[in-house]
This record gives sequence, structure tokens and C-alpha cells, in this order.
Amino acid sequence: MSAGARAAALRPAFDAASVRTEFPILAERVHGKRLVFLDSAASAQKPRRVLDAMNAFYEHDYANVHRGVYLLSERATAAFESVRERVRAFLGAPEAREVVFVRGTTEAINLVAQSFGRTRVGAGDEVLVTQMEHHSNIVPWQMLCEEKRARLRVVPVDDRGDLRLEALEKLLGPRTRILAVTHVSNTLGTVNPLREIVRMAHARGVPVLVDGAQAAPHLRIDVQELGCDFYAFSGHKLFGPTGAGVLWGRAEHLEAMPPWQGGGDMILSVSFEKTLYREIPYRFEAGTPDIAAVVGLGAALDWLGEIDHEAAAAHERDLLLRATEGLAAIPGLRLVGTPRERAGVVSFVLADAHPHDVGTILDHEGIAVRTGHHCTQPLMERFGVPATIRASFALYNDREDVNALVAGIARVREVFA
Amino acid sequence: MQELRELYQTVILDHNKKPRNFARPPGANRMAHGHNPLCGDKLEVFAELDDGVLRDVGFQGSGCAISKASASLMTEAVKGKTLAEVERLFEGFHRVVTSEARTPVDVSGLGKLKVLAGVREFPMRVKCATLAWHTLRAALHGEESASTE
Repeated sequence: MSAGARAAALRPAFDAASVRTEFPILAERVHGKRLVFLDSAASAQKPRRVLDAMNAFYEHDYANVHRGVYLLSERATAAFESVRERVRAFLGAPEAREVVFVRGTTEAINLVAQSFGRTRVGAGDEVLVTQMEHHSNIVPWQMLCEEKRARLRVVPVDDRGDLRLEALEKLLGPRTRILAVTHVSNTLGTVNPLREIVRMAHARGVPVLVDGAQAAPHLRIDVQELGCDFYAFSGHKLFGPTGAGVLWGRAEHLEAMPPWQGGGDMILSVSFEKTLYREIPYRFEAGTPDIAAVVGLGAALDWLGEIDHEAAAAHERDLLLRATEGLAAIPGLRLVGTPRERAGVVSFVLADAHPHDVGTILDHEGIAVRTGHHCTQPLMERFGVPATIRASFALYNDREDVNALVAGIARVREVFA
Repeated sequence: MQELRELYQTVILDHNKKPRNFARPPGANRMAHGHNPLCGDKLEVFAELDDGVLRDVGFQGSGCAISKASASLMTEAVKGKTLAEVERLFEGFHRVVTSEARTPVDVSGLGKLKVLAGVREFPMRVKCATLAWHTLRAALHGEESASTE
């Protein structure tokens, strides 16, 4: 055994305690209790590395990008553009010019619906989404369908919370123009078998947009291996700041797509007679972007890149397993979604306590969970619940957090006994 | 923990478990839907209004303990009251639940509704407590629906 291999073997599987110290907010106390943050699926906390990078950028390098001939603008532009390359690597994408900076996943999906969608979808055509989509992967398509008099069709979910692939097969028809599907469900935690889904869609010539908002913080992503046409994610769920997200699209698609917002920075030349647009990705980035947020996203990717992904994934699997087992053993508790493969989140309801009351009581134990419909109202309807309690995990959570959650639910049951 | 006990006190838990007037009154001539888009709580409030007096009132729907108990307590409090009395009661109730946390508040005149005063310590939950009231007022004013947004 080489020295390196021995060191790797001796290293603890994953040092959550050390990771936690890198997140200043985890030292906060809530109602006098240790903060147990179980709402990372809504937005993740930020490591000091990201906060410092943004601060340093504002203090030393800040200026607008792609504009000035002066040193600061050059430095800001270099910092901003270098993140494009880091995102490319993170996604396993072929080219950095396929990376479009947007505000977040929602904006990315709207961009594709309004640009790609509007040129591809006509009257009588069909857009396919799934029953487990977040509202942000439903509403932009609904708006498009309304405008084009096209039809929105929905791939159903089974009782466990897995997509019904045989139904997908049937729904992929001659009028299907695009399939929009999430990689990981933000409510059920379902990891969708994307490679298979993409293969099925491509066999019918249907391009696939993937909502990667919940997958990016947990799974290793390789858009070439997945084979999809578009992949969208948000920086703020990936330990970066709010305000910067990514749309990745195949160059051949992006090249053929018209701009969706007009303005500065996306043009070659403007006259009142004719405006020439810039090349991709700039054509899709009108106006001054959230430069510091993109720099922060770069720092988050650097930070993530230094973490042993396999070890972190094993740590998260351990937390999820303990949480689902611990919760499932509580009388009167029902898990909403028991998918074959799960990442990040576990949703549940209690027989005698409404999710909102549970959320308030857990908050007083220092535990932050999300309660409500999680922007997936059609999915709530599917499972016959108005709302759920959702605990979501990130690599900075630990077993103590899981124990606190399970004990917190016992406390809820005392109140509502 | 004290605030939590005050929020989920026995009366509230009891009304949550066994809501009063949890039905459509046979003589109902006013009705409105209430919706809290934030949490998905939905309820319907029915009233029998006769010559400016609320002869009967009831509600149906689903929601958290606070919204259910508040609706239940409201139906008991407003039954038999005139429109003006209902309005005064609402104003008093609204003032209490939206008053600043951790400061004493005058609950006189609220009767049993005072058990909901603890809601003021939970700003995120005030809308749960007021949903039924907004819906009742919508019904009485001839509007079809009320929303807490």
C-alpha cells in the first residue's frame, strides 16, 4: 500500500465536525438551543470561504464586467469569466460557452421556455412535465402552452413517489416538443433515472430540460453522461450566494435560440434599423449580472471541489437513512414518498398535528424545517395531503441533528397527545 | 417554552380536536372561501344573517391547530351578535393578535377569544388566527373569498 493510499484509508470517512466549523451561522443559537438547520433544500448555508471571497472581490477587484479598459474591470471580468470554466467542469460539460449565468433555476427554466420553447412549440403541440415538478418547472411551460395553444401533459408518479416510466413512454408522442423533468424531487427526495428518461425521450426526438436545483448539492453531475439538452441549477442551494444560477445548454441549441431579454452586454452593435447580437452565452446575459454572486458561486465550487465527494455522499446517505428509519418508527407518522433512490430530503405528516404546528414547535427546539406545500401543489394533491413537514440535509448536518429531529417530533406528540 | 405553552394551551388544543359549529348551518345565506396561500390552509365560513343579526354560523375546511381553533372559537363568539358587534369583536381580536410580542396587551372584552392572545408571540402564525375572521367578514360583505395575502 502506498503512503497516499494508507493516508486515505486512515482518514475518517467524513469529518462533519470540521466541515461545520466552516459555516459561521451554525454557531447561532435559536430560542436558546443549538441550531439544527434542516432546510438546506430551500437554501443552503454558506461557508466562510464564500463570504470571504465575495468580500475580497468587493474590496479589491470590483467593477462592472466586459466594459472598461481599466485594470479593475479587467480583474472583475477575469474573476467572473473564470467561474464559467469552473461551472463547466462541475457539470462535465464540453464547453464553457455553453454555461449561461442566470439568477437561479427559475430564471433558467423561463429562459428555455421563452426562447427555445417559443420557437419550437406551436398550436396543438405538447409539452411534457411530471407530477413531481416544482412550480418553477410547471408554470413557465403552462404560460408557454397558453400563449401557443399547446397542451401541457403530465407524467404521473406512483405511490412510492417514483415516476411511472411506462406512462412516460406512452406520453412521448409525435406532438411532444420538450420534456421538462427534475433530477431530484424537492418534496419526495426521489432521484429520477435520468439516463433512462433521456434515452426514452431522445428515441422520439424529444429534447430534455433537467431541473437540477436539488441534485447539484448532492449528486455528481455529468451532463454528457446524462445526455440531456439543458441542465439548470441555483447557486444558493449549492452553498453559494443568492442571485447566481446556471443554465447549461448544448451549444447547438443555444446557437439556434433567439435572445429572450434585450439590453446591454448582449449586443454586437445597435442601430434603430438593426441590432446584431453577441455570440453565446453573452446573447442570453443582458444587463449587468450579479457579479459578486457569480464570484461567490465560484468560491463555493472551489470549496466543494476540495471535499471528497464519495465520503460526503456516504455521510449524507447515513443521515438520510437514520432520519427515515427514526421517523418511520414514530407512531402516527407517515412518510410522504418512499422512492427507490433518495437524495437530500424526507417529507412526512403526523396523524394528529398539522405541519404548521409541527414547524412552530420544532422551531422552539432550535430545529428549522420547512412546512407547507413546497411549491409542489399538484404533488400534494397526488398524495392527498395539504402540506408536509420536510427535513432536508446537507453535508454540514450530523447525527446530532437527526437525533434532535426525532426527539423534536416526540415533543410535538406530547403537546398534541 | 412558556410562549409555546401559551400558544398551544388546552382550550386551543380542544377546539382543534373537536371544532364547534363544524358544519354548514341549514339556514345559511352567506358563505365565503378563505385561503392562506402561504401554508395552504383552506376553509369555508357560512352564516345565517337575518335582519342584521348572525342567527347561525359554521365553518368547514382543513388547517393547522391555530386556524381551526380560531375558527371554532369565532363561531361561538359571534353567534347571535349584530353586524356592528361582530365588527367590534374582530377589531379587538385583530388588535390583540397583531400587537407587539413581549408586551402586555389588554384582552378585556374578548371573552374566550383571549386564549389566542399568545399568537402575537409568533408573527408567522398571525395569519392562521385571522383567516376565519377575514373569511367571515368577506361572507358578510357579500364577497366570495378572502385571502390572508
